[in-house]
Amino acid sequence: MNAPIRRMSVVVALLFTALLISSTFIQVVQAKSLQERPGNRRTLLANYARERGQILVDGRPVAKSTATKDELKWLRTYPQGELYAHVTGFYSFTYGAGGGIEGAEDSLLSGASDKLFYRRVSDILTGKDQTGASLELTLNPKAQAAADKALGNQRGAVVALDPSTGEILALVSHPTYDPSVLSSHNTTKVTTAWKKLNADQARPMVDRAIAGNLYPPGSTFKIVTSAAALESGKFTEESRIPGPATLKLPQTSTPLPNDDRQPCGPDGKTSLTHALEISCNTAFGWLGLQLGAKDLVDQASKFGIGDRLAIPMTVTPSTIPSNLDPPSLAQSAIGQRDVRVTPLQVAMISAAVANRGVVMMPHLVKKVTSSELEVLDEPEPRELSHAVSTDTATALTRMMQKVVESGTGTAAQIPGIDVAGKTGTAQHAVGQAPHAWFTGFAPAVDAKVAVAVVVEDGGNAGNEAVGGRVAAPIAKAVMEAVLGR
Amino acid sequence: MTTISSFAPKTRRNVELALLLLAVGIVVLAYVDVSLSVSGTFPPDLATHGAGLLAISLAFHLLLRWRAAYADPLLLPIVTLLNGLGLVMIHRLDLAHGRTLAEGLALKQLTWSALAVAIAAAVLFLVRDHRTLRRYTFTAAVVAFLLLVLPLVPGIGRSVYGSRIWIGLGPFTFQPGEVAKIALAVFFAGYLVQTRDALSLAGRKIVGLTLPRARDLGPILVAWVLSLLVLVFETDLGSSLLLFGLFVCMLYVATERISWIAIGLALFSAGAYLAFLVFGHVQARVHLWLDPFAPGQSDQIAKGLMGMAAGGLLGTGLGRGRPDLTYFAESDFIVPSFGEEIGLVGLFALLMLYVLLVERGLRTALGVRDGFGKLLATGLAFSVALQCFVVVGGVTRVIPLTGLTMPFLSYGGSSLLANWSLVAILLRISDQARRPVIDPVQGARSPGEAKTELVSMR
Repeated sequence: MNAPIRRMSVVVALLFTALLISSTFIQVVQAKSLQERPGNRRTLLANYARERGQILVDGRPVAKSTATKDELKWLRTYPQGELYAHVTGFYSFTYGAGGGIEGAEDSLLSGASDKLFYRRVSDILTGKDQTGASLELTLNPKAQAAADKALGNQRGAVVALDPSTGEILALVSHPTYDPSVLSSHNTTKVTTAWKKLNADQARPMVDRAIAGNLYPPGSTFKIVTSAAALESGKFTEESRIPGPATLKLPQTSTPLPNDDRQPCGPDGKTSLTHALEISCNTAFGWLGLQLGAKDLVDQASKFGIGDRLAIPMTVTPSTIPSNLDPPSLAQSAIGQRDVRVTPLQVAMISAAVANRGVVMMPHLVKKVTSSELEVLDEPEPRELSHAVSTDTATALTRMMQKVVESGTGTAAQIPGIDVAGKTGTAQHAVGQAPHAWFTGFAPAVDAKVAVAVVVEDGGNAGNEAVGGRVAAPIAKAVMEAVLGR
Repeated sequence: MTTISSFAPKTRRNVELALLLLAVGIVVLAYVDVSLSVSGTFPPDLATHGAGLLAISLAFHLLLRWRAAYADPLLLPIVTLLNGLGLVMIHRLDLAHGRTLAEGLALKQLTWSALAVAIAAAVLFLVRDHRTLRRYTFTAAVVAFLLLVLPLVPGIGRSVYGSRIWIGLGPFTFQPGEVAKIALAVFFAGYLVQTRDALSLAGRKIVGLTLPRARDLGPILVAWVLSLLVLVFETDLGSSLLLFGLFVCMLYVATERISWIAIGLALFSAGAYLAFLVFGHVQARVHLWLDPFAPGQSDQIAKGLMGMAAGGLLGTGLGRGRPDLTYFAESDFIVPSFGEEIGLVGLFALLMLYVLLVERGLRTALGVRDGFGKLLATGLAFSVALQCFVVVGGVTRVIPLTGLTMPFLSYGGSSLLANWSLVAILLRISDQARRPVIDPVQGARSPGEAKTELVSMR
């Protein structure tokens, strides 16, 4: 009977091998995904057992953890909750971390990130309490406050960038909310607040600056069309182009009119500079048709439209259809029809013009530091793409300066400083007031700030809205804050 | 009495003593670790508890020196370590749930452990020679049958979380299936040793497999029906698998015919599939197995998996995880509890202890000279292996989850009693296996008989 007994020992070995494999699979291969499963109380409790890192703006916390006596040892608080809501996001025991840096850099803040591995090991060895990393943001508190104040009770968003580095100086979305109500340890209160915020028609938890419903860019897109025209080599800023009261479009009976039903110049002709200055629809419609869909779409994607970005929050990619028929092409060239953008994308277009045609990667995190203020990571500015040549950028700057000097954007003028910009008034639905836009940068030479402002449905001005009147003053306030005026 | 001392067979009792001290040492360290993690202080009762555990295991060790001097020296240290670690984990869960020592499960488990050791000692003391058990072949069959159907008797049987494998007598609950396992092993061994010739020789050969005669199929059919009854009426796939697997294993060892395994597997698969088609509770178990995260069903497997994932490779450390978030963390899910706190590395070590235990049992089967002993030792050792597979396989999604307990580790008196007694029988057989052929106690035998086999591990 000894031979079958020996064989049974092989069977036993196989049975246990199966167990070794299955437990390895769970504890090593699947471990990470199991831990990240929603509803894994262990992960949540473990996160709460550690002091979560702070989120800092100019050295002062906008999100911090304070010790409590209850089971969840740390309470997350947001000292200026409403002002930074869409930047910080929220950290809730019930609903997890989300809506901003809290969600996008959760593993760094909680200390679970692989980047903190050596730090963790040394903490274990020295028996210290483990803490998450703190994040210093690129935001300029004055610009953020100015944007928040200028936007006021209007729905919309403001983004300000440093054109030469891509640092985000202001990121505001209205309406806003207070993330502190979601981080409370009183679960009933949190649930009520969460339901109320989600039921709100104005959707306060949506970050309109980067991930709201995309907006039609309106006339701000004419910067892209101008760039494509200059880059094509067929046009200069002085080129005379047709700008009739209405432009007949091929393949359709619907013509493209100017808003005031007037031609843009004597004989229905205008220069490219003047067309941008007064935001001439027919001239840019004609330009679009001349350039063709490929040139226009290529130029748009060089500015970043269609790119998936993480700043580190995920930015909804802006879109332009690649198969434009002539009528759509003409309308897309003036920022209507199917072109959809985020305010961040529009700010990136201005920033690229300001930065000699180079698009910098927009980012929000300046520095990652350990609890001992040791710098763990300090991202370098990174080029995203070359949108236009330096010459084109200089020409575009001159054209955009004209807009603010004597065109539709005079409301953005700052005494003593050359400001470049472009207004936009984007129709988006029949019977609703258009969105008001402004984008620009200052100073015109060696720019320190590029900005984009959108005010939904014309804000308090309603149907009377034109970007120049509603959005330009907001942009001016933000630029002044950055420039210290 | 010869004077040639160099040929004197070694009892290895001193090795056992050393390993036993090591086992108790590990348990005491684990106990201190838990206390340091949870409260930051040394446990105040360390001396008494440590001394208690040492006293119990030393008493058993001394009994072995006295009554079974040649018994396998590894078995006692292994089960002492497993039992002790189980106690530490149960104590740790008591702390997490805020139960004091008096109302905690650990004290009860400790009481059961002491009782189980006492009964195992009694078994070792009373059964001087395992061959006497052969006289009770059919008594064992009746006992096993009664134990298996007891949970179905109205008034006594208790259905706990869907599985009707418990009986309740007043305040006590008992899982009779655990004891039935031993009785069945005794019965199968006794029965097969009588009939193995008929089962192994008669039959006709079809496509390389020697199929048994139809009338020899009787016993396997009876075992099959019995296991299916357990599966269907007690809703316990684990017991059913254990019972049938034990039988097929012993049948194969007795007859050396692969065809029995093929027939057994085919019968079991067919039966299990039929049960799956007909019974909702079996389907529920299977669905939970295939997708433990699907909404609308129990999340006990999911909780266990998350616990193990939280442990990762090295574990959170004893007392530093949250095994209390898993249901039945001290019984059916004690393995995930260990996985969480001592990590994959620790879990592997635990499983290796079981492998060692089973391997020593099988080695005993190889070494012992009588067929009954071989079969019994194989059956007992294999039942431990199969039970580990069913329990750990259930929580790690190798097979559907069942209601069995991990031998020696899990909280539960019946499990402890049964498994300590099982080890006592194995110790008794191993004593016979390793005892020299010419033995002053057993009396002289003819020198032509087989000697103690030296077995090499492949």
